[in-house]
Amino acid sequence: MSEDRHIELTDVHKRFGTKNVLNGVNLHVERQKSLVVIGGSGSGKSVTLKCILGLVTPEQGSIKINGQETLGISSGARDEVLSKMGMLFQGAALFDSLLVWENVAFGLIQGHNVARDKAKDIAFEKLAQVGLGSEIAELSPAELSGGMQKRVGLARAIATDPEIIFFDEPTTGLDPIMGDIINDLIVDCVKQVGATTITITHDMASARKIADKIAMIYEGEIIWHGDAADVDESGSAHVEQFIHGSDEGPIQTESVIL
Amino acid sequence: MNFLAFIGRLVLSLFAEVGRLSVFLKDAVVHTVAPPMYFRLIFEQMVKIGYNSLPVVGLTAFFTGGALVLQIYVGGSRFNAESTAPSIVALGITRELGPVLAGLMVAGRVGAAIAAELGTMRVTEQIDALTTLATNPFKYLVAPRLVAAVLTLPLLVLVADTIGVMGGFIVGTRSLGFNEGSYIINTVDFIEFDDVFSGLVKAAVFGFIIALMGCYHGYYSQGGAQGVGRATTNAVVTASILILAANYILTSLLFTNI
Ligand SMILES: Nc1ncnc2c1ncn2[C@@H]1O[C@H](COP(=O)(O)OP(=O)(O)OP(=O)(O)O)[C@@H](O)[C@H]1O
Ligand SMILES: [Mg+2]
Repeated sequence: MSEDRHIELTDVHKRFGTKNVLNGVNLHVERQKSLVVIGGSGSGKSVTLKCILGLVTPEQGSIKINGQETLGISSGARDEVLSKMGMLFQGAALFDSLLVWENVAFGLIQGHNVARDKAKDIAFEKLAQVGLGSEIAELSPAELSGGMQKRVGLARAIATDPEIIFFDEPTTGLDPIMGDIINDLIVDCVKQVGATTITITHDMASARKIADKIAMIYEGEIIWHGDAADVDESGSAHVEQFIHGSDEGPIQTESVIL
Repeated sequence: MNFLAFIGRLVLSLFAEVGRLSVFLKDAVVHTVAPPMYFRLIFEQMVKIGYNSLPVVGLTAFFTGGALVLQIYVGGSRFNAESTAPSIVALGITRELGPVLAGLMVAGRVGAAIAAELGTMRVTEQIDALTTLATNPFKYLVAPRLVAAVLTLPLLVLVADTIGVMGGFIVGTRSLGFNEGSYIINTVDFIEFDDVFSGLVKAAVFGFIIALMGCYHGYYSQGGAQGVGRATTNAVVTASILILAANYILTSLLFTNI
């Protein structure tokens, strides 16, 4: 195998109650590359990330990180894997009992035993990278706007300079200019810092900017996976419809059926 | 047939719940005794659980002591034994009412607060975020609350005992015409170390129950704000019932050989 697969999912199935959410996801990301996952609302994008992080346990399949199987590993080994990952949650998921900078510094202090002062400095630096000034660092997350919370979540995800970073809709809820700053930041994470990233987005402009590869998920399966440059000639009617945001095509949304 | 199926489902879900609680209990205890310990978090929780409950517990104890002396005085007067009222009030408060009433009040106040806090953290993915930052939620959220509750409840009960007896003293001397000096002598001479100590043992157990139920229901809550509401109610109801059941068991264990 010539390519170096940092993350590899094979035939991953996940069901909630009687509802099949993932029906055999096959996906991989090469080391220091950026994968963008697109797909309709409720198609299983966030669940896929949670499976990789081990927050959700698939019934079936294999998830390898650095070539090592991670399904069914001990919690000690899981912590080891997680300490190399960062995650921006779709809803930011900031700890509301902590200050903004404490949120950003959390992984450094708890997970990596960095001294509090040093972690605070790093937190301020990361906040600056997402366009947030020091004046908000001592506020509590509830005092921030939705877009600001999202950026704090982003700063928290990248604070420990993890090898692997997941961004669940990083630019949703941001204005176009700020969205572009965040896009640049994600590109930097990959190109400068050398992280491997998976980004979920609905925003095709953002996808084109940050992706090396693009994968489209539909009804719990990856229906297209290829180079970002090829997305316009994918040959897949689903992808075509999605990137043009058209209501005509194979993807039937509930509102169209109604 | 339908009725049988209903019974069957009920029994199955009961076993599932007991199983889940047992696993939770095991994890909680393991993470509570194993290092590292978050002393700062334990202290914070002790303030929340203990100090902030003082007014509620104090008022409850005061009025209960007052009512108790009135009742026992009436009862005692039927045997010409009014003079035993102070000692019986002291016994009743330290052995039974102090721990039980403090336990129930704290279950309402603190059990609900713990369930609401952890429940909100669950539905807003903050618990998932903790995990991705390589911090074990049992260690960081559950263990400090358990330790703090077990340490704090006995202290609260000591306060409740004191204030309860004082309530009896004030009502006894002001409206029943007891002599102040003889009321105190009747209380102090009669009460034994075991009376107070057994109440404190009960209190520690009740503290454990309150924190466990709050954490358990909060940790497994799902379904948004409604789910958090349900978790809160369940935490208070189950903690209260378990406290009363444990009180009976402990009383029969602690007092049978006296
Ligand atoms: N914890 C859960 N319990 C039950 N069902 C769930 C759970 N998490 C996700 N689902 C279901 O799984 C499906 C996929 O959810 P997911 O969050 O992955 O969607 P998504 O692709 O991220 O959508 P969006 O773009 O709207 O965020 C949804 O139908 C959702 O109802
Ligand atoms: Mg999602």
